[in-house]
Amino acid sequence: MPWAPHSERDRREMLQALGVDAVDALFAGIPESLRATAMPDLPAPITEMELRDEARRLAACNRSLDELVCFAGGGIYDRFIPAIVGSVTSRPEFATCYTPYQPEASQGTLQAMFEYQTMICELTGMPIANASLYDGATAMGEAVLMAADATSRTRALMAGALSPAARQVTRTYCEATGIEVVEVPWDDASGQTDLAALEEMLGDDVACVAVQQPNYFGALEEMAEAASLAHEAGALFIAMVEPISLGVLAPPGEYDADLVVGEGQPLGLAPGFGGPLLGLFACREEHLRRMPGRVVGRSVDAEGKLAYCLTLQTREQHIRRGRATSNICTNQGLCALAAAVYLAAMGPEGLREVALLGAGRAHELHELLTDTGLQPRFGGAFLNEFVVRVPGDAQELVRELCGRGRLVGPALGRDYPELSDCLLLAATERRTRDEIEGLVEAVRRMSDV
Amino acid sequence: MSEPTLFDLSQPGKRCTRMPRPERAAEELVPTRHLRAEAPALPEVSEPEIARHYARLAAWNFNVDRNFYPLGSCTMKYNPRAHEAIAADPGWARLHPATPDECVQGALELIAELETWLAAILGMDAVSLQPPAGAAGEFTSLRVFRAWHDARGDAARTRVIVPDTAHGTNPASVARCGWEVTVLPSGEDGRVSPEALADALGDDVAALMLTNPNTLGLFETRVLEIAEMVHDAGALMYCDGANLNALLGHARPGDMGFDAVQVNLHKTFSTPHGGGGPGAGPIGVVAKLEPFLPAPRLVEREGALGWDWDRPQSIGKVQAWFGNFLIAVRAWAYIRAMGAEGLRRVTEDAVLAANYVRGALRDTLDLPYPGACMHECVLSAKTLAGETGVRAADIAKRLLDYDIHPPTMYFPLVVDEALMIEPTETESKATLDRFIAVMREIARDAAEHPELLHDAPHSTPVRRVDEVTAARKPVLRWREG
Repeated sequence: MPWAPHSERDRREMLQALGVDAVDALFAGIPESLRATAMPDLPAPITEMELRDEARRLAACNRSLDELVCFAGGGIYDRFIPAIVGSVTSRPEFATCYTPYQPEASQGTLQAMFEYQTMICELTGMPIANASLYDGATAMGEAVLMAADATSRTRALMAGALSPAARQVTRTYCEATGIEVVEVPWDDASGQTDLAALEEMLGDDVACVAVQQPNYFGALEEMAEAASLAHEAGALFIAMVEPISLGVLAPPGEYDADLVVGEGQPLGLAPGFGGPLLGLFACREEHLRRMPGRVVGRSVDAEGKLAYCLTLQTREQHIRRGRATSNICTNQGLCALAAAVYLAAMGPEGLREVALLGAGRAHELHELLTDTGLQPRFGGAFLNEFVVRVPGDAQELVRELCGRGRLVGPALGRDYPELSDCLLLAATERRTRDEIEGLVEAVRRMSDV
Repeated sequence: MSEPTLFDLSQPGKRCTRMPRPERAAEELVPTRHLRAEAPALPEVSEPEIARHYARLAAWNFNVDRNFYPLGSCTMKYNPRAHEAIAADPGWARLHPATPDECVQGALELIAELETWLAAILGMDAVSLQPPAGAAGEFTSLRVFRAWHDARGDAARTRVIVPDTAHGTNPASVARCGWEVTVLPSGEDGRVSPEALADALGDDVAALMLTNPNTLGLFETRVLEIAEMVHDAGALMYCDGANLNALLGHARPGDMGFDAVQVNLHKTFSTPHGGGGPGAGPIGVVAKLEPFLPAPRLVEREGALGWDWDRPQSIGKVQAWFGNFLIAVRAWAYIRAMGAEGLRRVTEDAVLAANYVRGALRDTLDLPYPGACMHECVLSAKTLAGETGVRAADIAKRLLDYDIHPPTMYFPLVVDEALMIEPTETESKATLDRFIAVMREIARDAAEHPELLHDAPHSTPVRRVDEVTAARKPVLRWREG
């Protein structure tokens, strides 16, 4: 068996020390009727060499972003990852340690998380951030539950133009606890959340209003107005943000958000077929003790020296059990570390450049598409992502373009049946002028046929 | 030792990664009302400074690569290098989740294989890889239970029974499902007794959550009887699979009458813990619960694998896409390399190691429960504390001076001064022997030099950290000055 450090002599000596002949004796606590009579049906073991080959063969059946030129978005983006990110996160000292329950043995992770929290605060303009949740979608679910708890209200208004995955996860989280999730319509011309409709839907039972910036369609929302409508009705305002965009866009703290969530994948994480991702979570100070997840605080040690530790643990499941603010235990520590290294590597100027490069490319694409048969679906302002209407079925076009070496989408029909002829296009700093022209040319040729 | 934060190191104009100059200004792209007035105050540092910063911080972390880490219930086993190399393959890492199914057949095949293998290991009929962590797996399973009860028109069930030895995530997940927790006291033998269960059961009970083996490292010997009672009451059986390392190839939750179980891939299947994730918490369920699993489900159609989103009875999504896929890749590699024989051996060595440590320390600390343990053992420092004033926490902190990570302490809650030790199968006999010798030495010092323990640790980068002040006056971010 691989990775076993025992020789047969070791095993024999350990058994002898226990006074038993065979290891079977140690399983006597399992009733005979429950002892497995047959081995689980698994393939026979293989060596590392064979394993690596088999994995490579299987991986080669996939078309990754090394093969496909990526114009896909929908929350996962093909961003450049500086080498320093992987070199830090692959260090066994960070990769192979547990949650830092023992602060004296975990100052490295703890200080790195403290720095991460500070960076998320700076990025979002919020006073506090936690040390990560699973992904943007579950972070939204947590935020809505927290808002319901904070306001003692039972209805959550979520923009229909907000990430479908985040809305679906939030429903899964809320339905069991009697919180009703209601969707706010979007404007057919701009793709923005319909604020007039929002205003009508607000009432004194509304715990929160959740809006995404830029929204799932890539459209820029009027966040300040949405926030003030929410606040007038006594509801909390939840902003879902894309972190790279905050290199140029107004931070949620500026438009008075109460809670901020986001998908952190663009901050140095591989797309990874959708996981592991990184749930960003920040909020106002007054919600400190309602916050879900781990949080690192600064303190001192017995000699008065600066030291870090997990703090506010009385919110958490291992202390408060059934009355915890969340059930979360394992979070996405190493992904948060990747994000911290990424943000440090980019710095404020780099982050601005990354945001502008992608936005610039997306606007070039938007302009060049106009005579190809792909029409922008909405008219409003956007950053690096937008919706186009295609002649025919959008999912079919995604497939065809994939066959031609380009990934676009997601197609919107599954989540928005009324937009079944629409799909998302996004550009990041990795896209070149040539690649954009190549996509436009491919689309043009397809519509010619 | 101390290390300035990246913010302390920051100076205007320093750069690490340089990007091409953007051709268009923000104002040309976006209406100015959407733009931020001031750049975020992220650190401005160079690459050599970043590299050294993290290298220095790294040195202050205990980790499985360097340290024995017998943290009970956490299964801190060695993380094989090959799995990291495999997971880094762009064919997995650089897959966009919105790629059409026909272009990701390798990934879907891997998911299908892992689902099948986990089902075989667990004795379950269907597996979902979507839950991103163990607690998420618990919540997902309970939501599935709730949907199943609701679908039967049996919506009046409001309670879930949870033994007093359970992990904190269990009651927290129950609350997340809008249900109440009924705490079931363990019996004299540390196990759930059917007699006590009978008192707690009723037609308002939705489920029993049971960890098997439980957090005392003891197999719930009467689990079949318990399952029958729970099912007769119209409720479902949930297995917290955190302790699956004790069962591989030896016993299956499905055969014990459980209806659902979560698997912590970052424990049993050897994926790195990452300083608190990412993990993965797939669940296995019996056939009748399959329709309620998170959408989408992987299905085979016309010889190809694809996602089926049309799942009318599904509880919905619990993660943005298909779960923590790159963690699943590592677990797939682990099972593939091990095979059934290897996994069975994993459990045997894990159980052997725990019993070896337990046997060797039985004269040093109290053994609250007699008889062999499974993959972990719980010892108690109660007598030692009474005699010397040295508590479990002092022993734990003193272990740090020997470069050993402490066991889980003060858990399970039913044992005073608990030290919960899970050595795992990947620690050599020499390491176990050293641990035993160190524990004996610490116990001697407790009697002769108790201050050595009260003041421990002495050799770590910081001494005992003031967690009370940290919570009372929270400082959660760096600020100038």
